[in-house]
Amino acid sequence: MALAKRIIPCLDCDKGRVVKGVKFLDIRDAGDPVEIARRYSEAGADEITFLDITASHEGRETTVKTVEAIASQVFIPLTVGGGIRTLEDIRTMLNAGADKVSINTAAVTNPEFVRQAAEKFGSQCIVVAVDAKKVSAEGEPDRWEIFTHGGRKPTGLDAIEWARRMVSYGAGEILLTSMDRDGTKIGFDLALNRAISDAVDVPVIASGGVGNLQHLVDGVVQGGADAVLAASIFHFGEYSIPEAKQFMADRGITMRL
Amino acid sequence: MNRVAVIDYGMGNLHSVSKALESLGSDVQVEITSDASRILSADRIVFPGVGAIRDCMAEILRLGIDVIVRDAVDARKPVLAICVGMQALMQSSDENGYVPCLGLLPGSVQRFGGSGTLLDGQGNRLKVPHMGWNNVHQTRTHPLWQGIEDNSRFYFVHSYFVNPADQSQLAGETDYGHRFAAALSRDSLFAVQFHPEKSQHCGLQLLRNFLAWNGQC
Repeated sequence: MALAKRIIPCLDCDKGRVVKGVKFLDIRDAGDPVEIARRYSEAGADEITFLDITASHEGRETTVKTVEAIASQVFIPLTVGGGIRTLEDIRTMLNAGADKVSINTAAVTNPEFVRQAAEKFGSQCIVVAVDAKKVSAEGEPDRWEIFTHGGRKPTGLDAIEWARRMVSYGAGEILLTSMDRDGTKIGFDLALNRAISDAVDVPVIASGGVGNLQHLVDGVVQGGADAVLAASIFHFGEYSIPEAKQFMADRGITMRL
Repeated sequence: MNRVAVIDYGMGNLHSVSKALESLGSDVQVEITSDASRILSADRIVFPGVGAIRDCMAEILRLGIDVIVRDAVDARKPVLAICVGMQALMQSSDENGYVPCLGLLPGSVQRFGGSGTLLDGQGNRLKVPHMGWNNVHQTRTHPLWQGIEDNSRFYFVHSYFVNPADQSQLAGETDYGHRFAAALSRDSLFAVQFHPEKSQHCGLQLLRNFLAWNGQC
């Protein structure tokens, strides 16, 4: 009888197609985000995150249609991220059926945008994506900095201070990605997770580095995460969502089973 | 045709609840509107709400939604209030300083943890907003709980909670640091703090029950 920790599968989409691919045994179209989202929802995913990596303007219109289609068929919370830069972008996605939007680069280039967005639409739908990389040398106390452009561009912003600032501006949730761990499958940066989770009052979603189910447990128990986001371990059928939830529940974590 | 009016006062995402209702039957006709005659001629009414209460109440009063909701309840028309829609039915909210609300249900709206930190029974800090899937204990039987197991999980996202003055109106409660009202009922009015339109099977079952409800309990 308590709030459950959440598992959030993430779909990376380009022009309305899932790009990293999904390998379910019995799926008809491995690139169709609507079918994949529906399958994850049926499997017990607690939310879906749809990350749009489309560059072109025409592609963005496809994205809106895809979000509409998912929201018409999948009745769990849906977060849309990628390319959210203006209040109009947010309105478009919320009208299409998104429940939350995730703001990334635009928060760094214009922090006031987060404040305006939260005032206009409410903190409950504003997720700020924090992409952090460890910058302290061996032997020094841990320090992480915010990076943009997929971890290539340093900003000089301290990750913990930045997360606190984003929450004070109205972020309702933090999506924390370790750029050191993203794609490595060696587990979350637990020290980073714990530092950010302790620094802010709002929920923190851990992302970047999941390779097995114990990593999900560690993210919650050691990293203090309220939710865990993962893509590849679910997409390629290595683990199913029910399997992940049961594994976490067996280790004492409250889950929605 | 089963006509449902979703009250539109310009606050937030009405797409989700409309699509969820439409998914439940080909005879369900959903209209998103702020027009009094359209709302009051519908078979049932959904009163949603997201965002800050001050902005919500300002629009509710500007569009005369307060009168419409009161008339609907007086006429014993089934009304389902969701999230900030539920909070707006209370007498007042502590959000944004102090905001007088509709007063259809006695009680107030308060912030989790007040101005301090919210703790669980073991003294651990709890995050605010209360976001995610939590158990709802059904404190009474009600047509809207039909087919839903007691203590099922529903999806919540809110920083303020309803503190009812009349415990006989309590229909469901949830624990987050302390117990709070997850559902209230009065006559043909049913109000929930969680989002049934985002709560998958249990949420859809509640909406299905609402579509079949004659407003009596």
